[in-house]
This record gives sequence, structure tokens and C-alpha cells, in this order.
Amino acid sequence: MSTATTSIKPAVKTKKSPNKYGGNVLVYALSLAVVALTLGPVLYGVLGGFRTNAQLAQAPAALPEPWVLSNYTGVLNNPEFWRYALNSTMIAVLTTVIVVVFGIMAAYPLARYQFRLREPIFMVFVLGLLFPATVAIVPLFILISRDLNLGNTWWGVALPQAAFALPMTVVILRPFLMALPQELEEAAQLDGTSRIGFFWRILLPLSGPGMVTVGVLAFVGSWNAYLLPLLLLQGEMRTLPLGVADFSTEHSADTAGVFAFTTLAMIPALIFFLAMQRRIVSGLQGAVKG
Amino acid sequence: MTEGVKVVSATVPARQGTAPGTRPRNTAAERGSRSPKRKLRAPADKRKNLEILFFVTPALLLIAMFMLVPIIQAVRFSVYNWKGFGPLVDFVGLQNYVRVLQNEVFTDALVHNLIIIAGSIIIQLPLGLAIALLLNRKMKIQGLLRTIIFVPYVLSEVIAGVVWFQLLQPQYGLIDTVLSKLGIQGPAQGWLGTPDLALWTVLIVLTWKYLGLAVILFLAGLQGVPDELYEAAQIDGASWWQIQRKITIPLLGPTLRTWGFLSMVGSLQLFDMVWILTGGGPANSTTTMATFLVSEGTKRQNFGVASAASVILFIVALILAVSYQQFILKRDTQPDTSRKRKKVRR
Repeated sequence: MSTATTSIKPAVKTKKSPNKYGGNVLVYALSLAVVALTLGPVLYGVLGGFRTNAQLAQAPAALPEPWVLSNYTGVLNNPEFWRYALNSTMIAVLTTVIVVVFGIMAAYPLARYQFRLREPIFMVFVLGLLFPATVAIVPLFILISRDLNLGNTWWGVALPQAAFALPMTVVILRPFLMALPQELEEAAQLDGTSRIGFFWRILLPLSGPGMVTVGVLAFVGSWNAYLLPLLLLQGEMRTLPLGVADFSTEHSADTAGVFAFTTLAMIPALIFFLAMQRRIVSGLQGAVKG
Repeated sequence: MTEGVKVVSATVPARQGTAPGTRPRNTAAERGSRSPKRKLRAPADKRKNLEILFFVTPALLLIAMFMLVPIIQAVRFSVYNWKGFGPLVDFVGLQNYVRVLQNEVFTDALVHNLIIIAGSIIIQLPLGLAIALLLNRKMKIQGLLRTIIFVPYVLSEVIAGVVWFQLLQPQYGLIDTVLSKLGIQGPAQGWLGTPDLALWTVLIVLTWKYLGLAVILFLAGLQGVPDELYEAAQIDGASWWQIQRKITIPLLGPTLRTWGFLSMVGSLQLFDMVWILTGGGPANSTTTMATFLVSEGTKRQNFGVASAASVILFIVALILAVSYQQFILKRDTQPDTSRKRKKVRR
């Protein structure tokens, strides 16, 4: 490789510069190692579900021989699994809807109205980022299960989850709404549209991408949540993460069954998340840029 | 929250003007700053304030209800000896705090949190950077690689934890089997069952889970580095390594520092993974502040002690966040060198 000391005839060297087209063997080998380490545990779980416990005990590192479907069919015929999946879905949908609707509503005046308390109110949301649900988990548990009587219900988990997701949502959405050109609003006003009309007819349709991003983030957060559901939900009302954790302790001898259950629990989420990957990434980047 | 309400309620007495004595503070404020304007366009202003109130209230109400109230309650519970039954009567002052801070399980948990914070950054920063630089080259399978590296991050900690728990089983788990084929004997109690190793094992699993986030964020930061800089450096004859060291990494600074902040905040709240992998054991060698307060609160019903622990957790988080802001993120806001341009975007 060329170094700084040989910079007398520079222009020639750009051609074989290793920066852009360095797709050499070493790079591919390293990438392969990264992929193997990343996917290995996941694939082992998926394949483990196709084996019997005897196979797993005899040769933990082998492929299924023969392939067994009974673990997977066992889980799919387990009504509890579907019950957990329904709970997870309903809680995630409720959380997402609340977060997106309340979030865009709050972000709109904070982005496009001029008023004295605009920045102080925005600061409330920014400060909200500092408070993780963990800090308030004990009083939250008491508030929801005793004072509001929402223990062991979908709403009891969705409402606080939405509350803790709102700060991030508003912080992401506000700059997004601010970026919409002022001319749009002026044109709408000239045509006699009120600010509310502008919100409904112009702003909402235009902010689709932003709402999808915060919606996906809220959905991911809710789908994967463990601590709050752990304290609030029991029995029939448990979500998939709780179901997976309980299944793996109750059936700790049935390793193949645990792998099958875990795999099936992650597949719908995995498909959804990979389809929405760009949104998740852009949302996270928005958060990093602050 | 309450201030938002005040804006609108303040307009009412000011315009009526019939009861000047009832709300002296508000009316004074009105006269001082805003009344001349209001006389001209009061109805429009009132309508605007109502609109603002309509849009902002639901979100603020939800936050007040499920965030503010519980946090205030946590502070209140923390000065009472309360087991969850009956009214709050047994006021004990700061005794719960003393009990928590004298409890070795909690101070160890705090140390574990700090180890996880430092360990995550020390391991993930160079590794994530290396992988991001690797993936930033033009390769045919680049998109696929990015997707794959992101997979562990989108799995829930519970699912990742359950799978790793199986992999780490002593003797019969995949990891011990592979190691024994290489002639290495895994620890007899298992990686998660040996007190000296358990925390480090948890750290490695966390690294697997969260490395993808670091890589994705770093890659996004790399895309913000203009191509012209690379071209200029190449024309000057800089090597690949020199380009990374002198151009890429310095320009990636703000991304790296912000990622560090996110990683720190996440490590402070660590609960799920530990709860699944070890439950805080063996011999409390993997407890975190979060697992401590959950087991105090829900298993032993020591709500006072648990609340004191959560207030301490918050204070620790606040101190770390503020010092990080002061000593590390501050560099991004200082108007020196080329960072000024980056700052404009924030």
C-alpha cells in the first residue's frame, strides 16, 4: 500500500486505491466469521427444534438426523402459544396506536405553532428521555394493579409503555414536522384552511414516513418488552417473551421443545423487523443525531 | 404540564376584567407582557391556545399519569417502611437509603452495572468500528451483511437469553462441546454457574446482542463522511489505514460519543438478560441495580427499600448522564475545528 511519503506522483495511485474496491479474500473471510458468530446461535436454535432431545444430548454440535417435526407441530398445536401471540400483538398494537396518535398530535404545535411555552413543553419530553421505566417500576406496578385496577389487562401494559415511548417519539417527530416547508402552510391558509384543517389534510398525509418510523420503534419496544409485563401479567394474559421464559424453565429438560418454542416466537417478529429494517435504522439514527 | 393549562386559563380573567382580585399573579403577568396585543386579536389567540391545548394535552396527561406520578411516588415510598399494605404511616426518613447503601448486594450490583457499562464500551467500540469499516467497502453482499448483523438486535433479550442459556449449558451445551473437541474443558459449574465467570459471560452475550446496533449506527455515521475527503487523501497518497485513522474516525466522533451515551444508559437499566440467564446469581455475582429493586419490591414486598434503590439508580444515572454530557459530549458543542459544521445539523 502507498504511504504518505510517496506522494510525489499522486494521481496515478487513486486507481488501485484499496478503500473502495477492497473486496479481497481477507475481507470476505472476516465478514464470513462475523456472520457465523452473529447467526450461529440463532440458527442453532432453529435447527435444534428439528432434532430430538436424544440427538441433542448425543451430539450437541450435529445437524438434525433425521429431521423431526414433532417439536414444532407440538408448539403450533399448543393453544397457550397462540394465546401469548395474541396478547403480544394486541398490546403492541395498542401501544403503537397511542404513541403514534398522541405523538404526532403533541409534535404538531411544538413544531409549527409560535407560543411562549413551546420550548418549556418540549423540554418536558426531552427530560422524559432520562426516566427509564425501571426507575418507576414499583410504584407503576402499584398504580396499575391497585389504583387503576388494570393489572393483568392489555391496557394496563399498553398505557405505561406508550407513556415511556412518547418522549422519544416527540423528539423524533418534531424536527421531521419542522422540516415540512412553510410555503405549504401559507398556501393552505390562503385557501382558507384552518390550522386544524392543515393538520388533517396536509400534515398527516405528508408525515407518513415519520409516523411509520416511530410506530415501528414503538411496536418493537412493546413486542420485546419483558419487565413491565412480568410484573403485571399472569396466566392467560402473558405475552410471548413471558411465555418463552416460563416455557424454558418449566420444560428445562425438553431442550428441543424449548428451541422450537423460542424459534416460533421469534419468527413473526423477525420477519416484521427485517421488512421494516430501514425504518428502525432511520429512527435510531434520528435518535442519535438528537 | 400545569403551565400549559395556565396559558389558557390566564386569558379568561384578563379579558373579563371584572374580577381583578381573584387571580393577581396571572393578571399582572398579562398586563406586563401580552395585553396590548391581545386586545387586537384576542379571539384568534384564544382559539390558538385551545388548539395547542387540544393537541398537547393527551401526551402530557399520559406522561404525567404513568411517568411523573410513579416517580414522585417512588420518592415518597422511599422514606417509609412500607410492605404494601395499609396506609403510609411508618415514616423512617433516610433509613431505607442507609439500608440500601449498606447492603452489599446492592453495592455489588452497582459495581456490576459499572463493569457492564465499561465492558460494553471497551469491547463494542473497537469491534463495532472494525466491522463497520469492513462493511463500508463496496461489496456485492453488503446489504445482506448489514441485515444479518442487525438480527440479534431485533430479537428480544428474552429470546436471545433463552437460546444462549441453552448454548451455555455445562457439558451438554454447544459451547462446552465445541471447546472439549478443541481440548478445552469448560468450567464444571458451567459458564453461568461459576461466580467468577458469570458476569463476564453475561457481558459476552450482551456484546453479541448489541454489537449490531453499534455497527449500524457507525455505518450510518460513515455515510456522512463526504467522498471528496477520501479522494483528496488518496490523491495525497494516504494509505487505507491512515485514511481511517486521520479522517474517518475523527469525523465519526459525534456518532461514537452519542452511541456511547445510549450504551451507558442501556447498561444502567440492564434487567431482562440477567433475569433470564442467571436471575442475579450465582451467589449474587451478576445482580444489577434493576434486578435488586425488582426482587426487593416484588419478591420480598419491601416497597420502601425498593423505592430507595430506584431513586439511587436514578441519581446514579443522572450523575453519569450529566458528567458524560459535560466531559465527552461537550466536545461536540464546542465551536472549534471542523466540528462546528456538524453541530449545525443537530
